[in-house]
Amino acid sequence: MDRDKIKDFIARRAAMELKDGDIVNLGIGLPTLIPSFLPEGVRVVLHGENGIIGAGPKPGPDEAQPRYVTDAGGKPSSVAPGGSFIDSCVSFGLIRGGHVDCTILGALEVDEKGNLANWIIPGEKVPGMGGAMDLVVGAKKVIVAMEHTAKGKHKILRECRLPLTAVSCVDLIITEMGVMRLTDGGILLTEYNPEFTPEEIQAATEAELIIPDDIREMI
Amino acid sequence: MPEEYADSALKRMDMGKFITAGEAAGMIPENAVIMVGGFMGCGNPHKIIAELAKLGTGGITLICNDASMPGGPDGDEYYGVAKLIHNRQVKKLITSHVGLNPEVAAQMNAGLIEVELVPQGSLAEMVRAGGAGLGGVLTPTGLGTIVEKAGHVHGVIEIDGKSYLVERPLRADFALLSGYRIDRSGNIWYKGTTRNFNLPMATAAGVVIAEADHLVDIGAIEPENVMTSGVFVDYIVEGGRADG
Repeated sequence: MDRDKIKDFIARRAAMELKDGDIVNLGIGLPTLIPSFLPEGVRVVLHGENGIIGAGPKPGPDEAQPRYVTDAGGKPSSVAPGGSFIDSCVSFGLIRGGHVDCTILGALEVDEKGNLANWIIPGEKVPGMGGAMDLVVGAKKVIVAMEHTAKGKHKILRECRLPLTAVSCVDLIITEMGVMRLTDGGILLTEYNPEFTPEEIQAATEAELIIPDDIREMI
Repeated sequence: MPEEYADSALKRMDMGKFITAGEAAGMIPENAVIMVGGFMGCGNPHKIIAELAKLGTGGITLICNDASMPGGPDGDEYYGVAKLIHNRQVKKLITSHVGLNPEVAAQMNAGLIEVELVPQGSLAEMVRAGGAGLGGVLTPTGLGTIVEKAGHVHGVIEIDGKSYLVERPLRADFALLSGYRIDRSGNIWYKGTTRNFNLPMATAAGVVIAEADHLVDIGAIEPENVMTSGVFVDYIVEGGRADG
């Protein structure tokens, strides 16, 4: 699979985790592909931390109001029917207060304790945490959707080496190789992509995967 | 309401708060601490910022969600607060995200700017606390991360078995805001996603200056729809921006 296909594949599987009516916050990059893969009958309320509850599709050039309605990346956005605009205090109250059902975001590293690192590479890249720390602490379910490795380098580790975004916050990891659930005992590989063997997936993972007898092919 | 009372109330409300963007920028001295509302430029008070950039006032401590970005939708080379960064007017930046403005990293590496990174939700509440007379904010955000050791964190506290970071309140000398409609008494109505940090920042500075895209008569914003009360606003700048 080329990288675009891989991203679509991951986004499609991640979309299946969402339930009708969920309030969802999507991180930048791959997670923004998810709305186009929502299963039939599933409608979610997209939250933009800059102040939209119920974000709509990207507006066309004629509808865009780039000075007044943007997404959390500063790009023109829209509000869906029934949606609303809020200030930053309410937006993050929504997040920390447990009103966001699910956040799906990328990661630099995840480890077997569910620790997440996705905001800084000291000395190299210091963009800031933005709303990520609040999101992964506050959302009811935290899903990491990412490519399994970074150009062959492990991203799913025994212990994160980069500064953390939050401690023990990740519930599920979805990659092109499989679906992994964080459990008290470690990382459980619940589904695998049959293009890879469980052994190959383990080799691409620094953390030790728990491979159950009832492991399924990725749906 | 008796007529004479209504009259005096109106007079009190329409108190001649009007200044130009240039006058607003001119009020800000060197080394001031300023808060600027907005999110990636959306909701920055663009006219006041442009005048402040022209004046070149330096040593600013800027409290703003982000450092905005180059290339604004209005065709500006630097959008909103990115102008102040580009001009090297900002000595210290208290913010949640600088990733879309590559000049910040360059200036950090050259030792030209100090950047204090604060989680976005904590920043919003620290400003709210500063404006609401609260001694700080308790939040689980940042626990177990390097944020625990940051200057804006007072420590860790446990309440009913749960741990929280104690974040200090934030205030500034000046708050620079943007409102789509502002009536002559300073009541503000924000359009779209521009409400963001403008709302809490209106409460948390010694001098609050609001730039109106559209200055409207008293009553044009229904009392129920006032988002920031005019009592928080010291000065109004008529921005007169085009829509869009």
